[in-house]
Amino acid sequence: MRFNFVFGLTLVTIVVLGAIFAPLLAPFHPIMDADLMSSQLPPDGVHLMGTDNQGRDVLSRVLYGARVSLMVGVVSQIINSTIGAALGISAGYFGGRWDDFVNGLTNVMLAIPSLVFALAIMAVLGPGLPSLLIALGLTNWSWTCRIARSSTLSLKSQSFVLAAKSAGFGDWNIMRTQILPNIVGPLLVIGTLGIGSAVLAEAALSFLGIGIRPPTPSWGNMLTDARELLRSAPWAAIFPGLAIFATVLGFNLLGDGLRDMLDPHMRTARGDAGAARA
Amino acid sequence: MSNPDPLLSVRDLRVKLGRHGAHILHGISLDILPGETYGLVGESGSGKSVTGLSIMGLLKRPLNVAGGSIHYQDQNLLKLSRRARRDLRGDRIAMIFQEPMTALNPVVSIGNQIAEMFVIHRGMGWTEARLRAVEALDSVQVPSPAERARAYPHQLSGGMRQRVMIAIALACRPDLLIADEPTTALDVTVQAGVLKLIHELCTAEGTAVLLVSHDLGVIANMCQRVGVMDRGRLIEEQDTAALFSNPLHPYTRGLLAARPRLGSRVEGGRKRLTELDEIVPDGARGHDAPTLVTPRGRREARVAA
Repeated sequence: MRFNFVFGLTLVTIVVLGAIFAPLLAPFHPIMDADLMSSQLPPDGVHLMGTDNQGRDVLSRVLYGARVSLMVGVVSQIINSTIGAALGISAGYFGGRWDDFVNGLTNVMLAIPSLVFALAIMAVLGPGLPSLLIALGLTNWSWTCRIARSSTLSLKSQSFVLAAKSAGFGDWNIMRTQILPNIVGPLLVIGTLGIGSAVLAEAALSFLGIGIRPPTPSWGNMLTDARELLRSAPWAAIFPGLAIFATVLGFNLLGDGLRDMLDPHMRTARGDAGAARA
Repeated sequence: MSNPDPLLSVRDLRVKLGRHGAHILHGISLDILPGETYGLVGESGSGKSVTGLSIMGLLKRPLNVAGGSIHYQDQNLLKLSRRARRDLRGDRIAMIFQEPMTALNPVVSIGNQIAEMFVIHRGMGWTEARLRAVEALDSVQVPSPAERARAYPHQLSGGMRQRVMIAIALACRPDLLIADEPTTALDVTVQAGVLKLIHELCTAEGTAVLLVSHDLGVIANMCQRVGVMDRGRLIEEQDTAALFSNPLHPYTRGLLAARPRLGSRVEGGRKRLTELDEIVPDGARGHDAPTLVTPRGRREARVAA
């Protein structure tokens, strides 16, 4: 029934476990075990995913690369979601000039290609993990903001918001306890989708050579290295590519599934809380 | 009868639509004594709810208070800071709304929604607040309150939800409860139970009630005093018994005559329901009377009637 959700959760769990237990699972060291004698070996019993140009085990590098890619994806999306939700909810709730300002800012952000903007931020801050997190965390909040704002606009005229005001709730408490819980669903969906696209963006920046610097493995810079080997050793590109694909797909399916689970209206539809009906 | 100091004293309250727009309330004055139940009746659009919302300070733009005063005990609510007014709301003056279906947050369990009142107004921790929430549910006669506290609004019937609203409104034991048509959305059997509950709880706590309704039957059963509103004015105020036996204003007489009566028949079949405009004399009301007149012109029209 909820096949998509289970499948997405499985994919994400595999990737997350692989990242956490990379030191235990990886048969070789991702950087130190370079051996030019065993360069470009096809997958076999020893190197399950083959070896790359410098003879490093692709499986080990994919596992360690997952740590970097996931960390960048999750952390930068948390920054995006926080910025987007804070701006969107406050803009929708207060309206007026603040709303105009946030709207303008969102439109400007949407007009700038986010990858190019991230490139510019990276150029200013210099390469490295922290600047990558900042660059990706500041460039992808516009959709979150728009969705938060439009949901808030429709929520704030609901009578439970008026009831909360009459119960003495302040603006902050209304946004926190009345509005936010009602938009967690859409925010979570767009957040999980965002993790997927942040993983892709990290791969793109690393592929361009300004994200994660070699020799630290990330799926993006593994693709860069494997680009020249596409004919001679396709496995060096296929497996990091598959990892990116599986991760993005997993987060997308997971996002949809989570939305269904967190919506209390769906809960009775499945009947597991119907006993409370009077 | 001795006259104690009023708990809430509204004087010449004027509400306008927009800064230069029409008056919605043309100067309402009423007193609510501690512990009494005061009924406010009138047709739709007569300004009953606007009066309630003005007292709460929850008018939505473009509605705004254009004059008058609202004294709660000895402070003028209209002069209080936003912050001070907010602290009174829900704590000293609470409100119940008409639609129990939408007045609860759909994604927060009802126990937490009640507990929030204790957290916000009493500074309690969540553990203690949740225990108090279960007690509050018990006091509004929700069966098996401990389990029901974990339920979400959509899992409850309309009557149950209105009981939860009452539990939230009375959580902090306010001095005044404004009930804006609390039972209009409920069916008649549930209505009686909810009204009885409001009556019992407020009598026990000494909470004064401003009961807004267009249902004269409800008013007759619940209230000590009644104010009748028509088009933004309080046109008559009397003790309930006196109002029903001896209405003074022609509009009130018309309102009372317009009640449908069970089994009332005239020769040759059912009697037609009376409409207000048939009874109320022409000057006081009528299709040709302009809706938006100056206060003076309006008052003269009344006197002529």
